[in-house]
Amino acid sequence: MHCHNCLSHINIPAGAKKIVLVGNPNVGKSVFFNAFTGMYVDVSNFPGTTVDISHGRYGGDVILDTPGIYGISSFNDEERVARDVVLAADLVVNVVDAVHLERDLFLTLQLVDTGLPVIVALNMMDEAKTRGIAVDADLLEHLLGVPVVPTVAVKGQGLDDLKARLPEARPGIVPPELQKELREMMRTVAASPEALLVLEGDEEVAGRHGLSAGGRREDFYQERRRRVNDIVGHVVREVTDGAGFAARLGRWMLRPLTGVPIFALILYAMYYIIGVLVAQDIVGFTEETLMQGLYEPAVRGFVGRFASEESVIGTILVGEFGLLTMTVTYILGLLLPLVVGFYLVLSVMEDSGYLPRLATLVDRLMNAIGLNGRAVIPMILGFGCVTMATITTRILGSQRERTIATAVLGLAIPCSAQLGVIAGMLAGLGPEYIAIYTGVIVLILGLVGKVLHSVLPGESTDLLIDLPPLRLPRGENVLKKTVTKSYAFLREAAPLFMLGALLITVLQVTGLLEVIQDGLAPLTNGLLKLPRETATVFIMGMIRRDFGAAGLEDMALGPAETLVSLTVITLFVPCIAALIVILKERGLKEGALIWLGSWLAAFAVGGIVAHILI
Amino acid sequence: MTLAQATRGQRIEVVAIPDPAVRAQAIRFGISAGERVECAEKLPAGPVIIAKGRQEIAVGRRLAESIEVRPA
Ligand SMILES: Nc1nc2c(ncn2[C@@H]2O[C@H](COP(=O)(O)OP(=O)(O)OP(=O)(O)O)[C@@H](O)[C@H]2O)c(=O)[nH]1
Ligand SMILES: [Mg+2]
Repeated sequence: MHCHNCLSHINIPAGAKKIVLVGNPNVGKSVFFNAFTGMYVDVSNFPGTTVDISHGRYGGDVILDTPGIYGISSFNDEERVARDVVLAADLVVNVVDAVHLERDLFLTLQLVDTGLPVIVALNMMDEAKTRGIAVDADLLEHLLGVPVVPTVAVKGQGLDDLKARLPEARPGIVPPELQKELREMMRTVAASPEALLVLEGDEEVAGRHGLSAGGRREDFYQERRRRVNDIVGHVVREVTDGAGFAARLGRWMLRPLTGVPIFALILYAMYYIIGVLVAQDIVGFTEETLMQGLYEPAVRGFVGRFASEESVIGTILVGEFGLLTMTVTYILGLLLPLVVGFYLVLSVMEDSGYLPRLATLVDRLMNAIGLNGRAVIPMILGFGCVTMATITTRILGSQRERTIATAVLGLAIPCSAQLGVIAGMLAGLGPEYIAIYTGVIVLILGLVGKVLHSVLPGESTDLLIDLPPLRLPRGENVLKKTVTKSYAFLREAAPLFMLGALLITVLQVTGLLEVIQDGLAPLTNGLLKLPRETATVFIMGMIRRDFGAAGLEDMALGPAETLVSLTVITLFVPCIAALIVILKERGLKEGALIWLGSWLAAFAVGGIVAHILI
Repeated sequence: MTLAQATRGQRIEVVAIPDPAVRAQAIRFGISAGERVECAEKLPAGPVIIAKGRQEIAVGRRLAESIEVRPA
């Protein structure tokens, strides 16, 4: 994505200043954004949570949250996005992690060198303290030449101070030699930030000014690194080496001997919470007792007063696939509890700092399908929502990796609602079916990745990832995230479900449904050895796979038939929302291929499983 | 020797990182030629984890094989 005009779709009122939050990945920028604007954007403990620009109002000004970056340049999409926002900034709030100043000050100095007004939020002071690190904020302020405010964003400490000192943001101290070069360059490139980037060999920015980038990036970087080390030497004092239990646990998560069992344990806990607790106990209550037992009869009785259930309008509203009966029951009684359960578990994982360690643990496996360990992050997020995860593939280092990851996501990763239904149904069948199902899906995932890896040109990038400290997930953040994401699910799913239900009812009333079921019989009955009625489920699945999965739950199928149908619905086409995002991120050709490929894969694999088992 | 040959717990000094894009990224992480780091962890045939102060970075095995280091 070349985002020359990233800001163009953001409405910035006349006279409003653009305040931009900039910092390394995972330092707390989004927490600040939320605190400044009163909105909620995602906060997680892994580098790369924010991949897009969020904007909100702060007083009369506009505040922008950017993806975390280690420097401003054009190494990847996130950097390009952040770079252009910085170039357009009126004021930069640079968030740094007090525990990792050696890393973070590199960006700080680059920002200072741009000549923009900067204020530094020295965040994570609580963690610095527990780890025995003392940072002299006043001295840092003196050495940088810009205000430095110590903060603990998650506790709101220092926020008022930061707000109060915003007007003090100012251009910092630029070394004299660099100043001289900048002045030279500013004869051709008027703006100082752009002049700096051209000097540093940023080809894109140079290109915009009709210049060619110089090859001196490394000289600048080395010099800056020297300045950073010098500053850190002066302002940081280590009181004790506070590596405690969290550090040890972090290591255990990495070593295969302990890391694999830990991962297995986490997966089992997830399965137990979602597949057993939520899918059976809670859903049993919400779906059967509440919705089908109380709600549906009530709404049928109510509608019955105006229209008979056999009439067209009655069928649409309260019939077998009724808008007010089945649709509402599926969304609220079945899927919502599953989605909430899922996001709770995912949020805890995201907030703990486990994901980058998992990325390291599975790096070697991912190499086999042309990805590096980093790709595990979009994969895991895909179990929440494939739509969101597809956007997160932007954290991957090359287009080729993004294609592979998107294809795997679209094809083989079931999203939360769907996986919840699947887990619930499989749990009822017994461990051997769970094993076969998982085996088949993992096999297909591997095969697809392998094939793409060997046919796509180019090379994948290697793993180079920052391991954040493990943190105890914060209840408040976990809850907020769960609520936000579950709400987003409702908003996205509800209209599509309505549409799907309406479509099916229309097909049913007009008799077309039977025609389709007969027409598809060679596929459903012949190939998959399933009852003809499953065709309905696949039509539902085209709208959303979880809708299809929910439909399966209501059918009377034997264990082997259930397994086959679950396999097919898992591999089936990505839901409409995901498809739109795939088209947007990957283009028409790739999107169409993924969609058609899903049909093929779903029925081919389902057919094979059916012929072996049934 | 290469980073991939370092043993767990060994202190090493980075000599050269051949890939320019990786080199630039590594400087930003605080790891450039001449820097002393510790090989904190090594996964069998998998990534090498290097630590510098409190900063921990996982480096894929293939990349580690291309990074030149010497014992420090
Ligand atoms: N202990 C502590 N944790 C913090 C503080 N500020 C943020 N965090 C945690 O740090 C993690 C990262 O916060 P985010 O706001 O997602 O960071 P970000 O800079 O937006 O990250 P990206 O979007 O990935 O670049 C979360 O787990 C937060 O809860 C703080 O002052 N102290
Ligand atoms: Mg963020």
